Amino acid sequence: MRFAAIIAAVNRLRGAVASYDVLSPYPQLVRAGFQRFSTYRQAALAGLATNTVFGFLRASVLVAVLAQRGPVGGYDIAAAVTYVWLGQGLLNVVNLWSDRELAGRVRTGDIVIDLGRPWDLQTALLATDFGRAGYAVLMRLVPPVAFGALFFPFRWPERPVTWVLFAVAMALGTAVSFGIRFLLNLSAFWLLDARGVLAVWGTVGGLLSGLILPLAWFPAWAQAVLAWTPFPALFQMPIDVFLERGDPLAVLAHQLFWAAALFALGRVTLARGSRRLVVQGG
Amino acid sequence: MGKSVYARIVASRIRSQLAYPVSFALDVFSQLLGQSMELLAILVIFTQVTSLGGFSAGEVVLIYGLAATAFGLADLAVGQVEALPDYIRTGELDVLLLRPLGALAQLLSADVQLRRVGRVAVGLVTLAWALRDVEWTPLRVVVAVVAPLAGAVLLSAIWIAANCVSFWLVDGREVANSVTYGSDFATSYPITVYGPWLRRIMCFVVPGAFVAYFPALALTGRPDPLGFPDAVRYCSPLVAAAMVGVAALVWRTGVRRYQGTGS
Repeated sequence: MRFAAIIAAVNRLRGAVASYDVLSPYPQLVRAGFQRFSTYRQAALAGLATNTVFGFLRASVLVAVLAQRGPVGGYDIAAAVTYVWLGQGLLNVVNLWSDRELAGRVRTGDIVIDLGRPWDLQTALLATDFGRAGYAVLMRLVPPVAFGALFFPFRWPERPVTWVLFAVAMALGTAVSFGIRFLLNLSAFWLLDARGVLAVWGTVGGLLSGLILPLAWFPAWAQAVLAWTPFPALFQMPIDVFLERGDPLAVLAHQLFWAAALFALGRVTLARGSRRLVVQGG
Repeated sequence: MGKSVYARIVASRIRSQLAYPVSFALDVFSQLLGQSMELLAILVIFTQVTSLGGFSAGEVVLIYGLAATAFGLADLAVGQVEALPDYIRTGELDVLLLRPLGALAQLLSADVQLRRVGRVAVGLVTLAWALRDVEWTPLRVVVAVVAPLAGAVLLSAIWIAANCVSFWLVDGREVANSVTYGSDFATSYPITVYGPWLRRIMCFVVPGAFVAYFPALALTGRPDPLGFPDAVRYCSPLVAAAMVGVAALVWRTGVRRYQGTGS
């Protein structure tokens, strides 16, 4: 049976349901995402250990580089250290790794249930992801940053408005990351097993998005190429907003463009992928 | 008898992974890529500076090559110990403990991730490149051969000990991960880049400095900027042996403490 027929039927149903349902499900999904991850408090605490160890090690390497010569790419010691600790904190906010659920549901066929629900699947997952990110800001971003600020020279924003801009940049970075993860997970429609694709992203993503080193330290040609990609939107850009480097509005525009472009691409891909879906049995 | 059982288990695991050659190739590729990222980061750093912690690009790459080879070998041999938290949480460890075979050996042979040869390959290629400048003496040949193996044993022992934390903590995976992947990162750079406290930890507590830093000093013959006596740089096998003893002790204590997770 072709799946498109079900979707059409569900869409008709959804119209009927929506006229009765006053509350949109998405705000509730944001809350659900927050609550789901707040259940694993011990795991979050343990994860902090990893972030802290890596923060220490990476900050040490960058400080050693800067001790050798003056500021590199406009980062002095305080800025580079802040960069590292923010990066370790943002790692779980934008969620570079560990998002394989959708691919698993495509592989097992459970995606049928998700598509049949009276919601827009992509928007629903994005809403849940925002909830998850909100929890990560509290549990995974604030502690390592506080830790780094306590033990290392740290650069706090000078203008109050930077805090607002940083929050927006973080949200947009999460949306861009979601867009990339969503597309990679959907590759399971064609590959059946998206693990290889996700693993490649997991390793390459850190370097391309500025988690491992500030992109400003890269050779000029590499920086020029990366400026055309969505990757800097994950780490480099929110951190630069925090450090008040460059024009924050240009950063937000870049992020917004890629968040929207990836969302649209994800939409088309989901539609094409679900057309491939064949449901067996009665 | 026991040995042939493990050999058969491991062989069957390897065969099952080769059954899907494309997926396997992709997996190896992603491991290869993953291991190369830190090397790329080192090369990017050296576009900005000529020395890091007092070491030249060639020397840091040598340290990285030794560390990556040791890490890859250790990951191939005992990487499966990462599954210990799951075994404990689900109670599957009971099954292993009941069988008339060593529980640790069963755990390690439960799955051999052959794709990890990708990591070893990156390490070996980097190492071969970095070793071309070495002025060879018989002793240095021995160091070049023994260092990655001793490093692998050392890292294996550290990971097994670190993963035993799961006997005490319900969700100890991340804590163990920070030691596992932290040691991969930390050993890839000269320990002179770290502050005095981290350095002391790496020399005496979690002795990662013996994986790559000290053997690299032996291979290049340069004086130790930290002023350790020359003999220290040849001590990696001894430190590895001692660490195996520690790991065995921690494992036994953990297993003895293990009471299962209930019905």
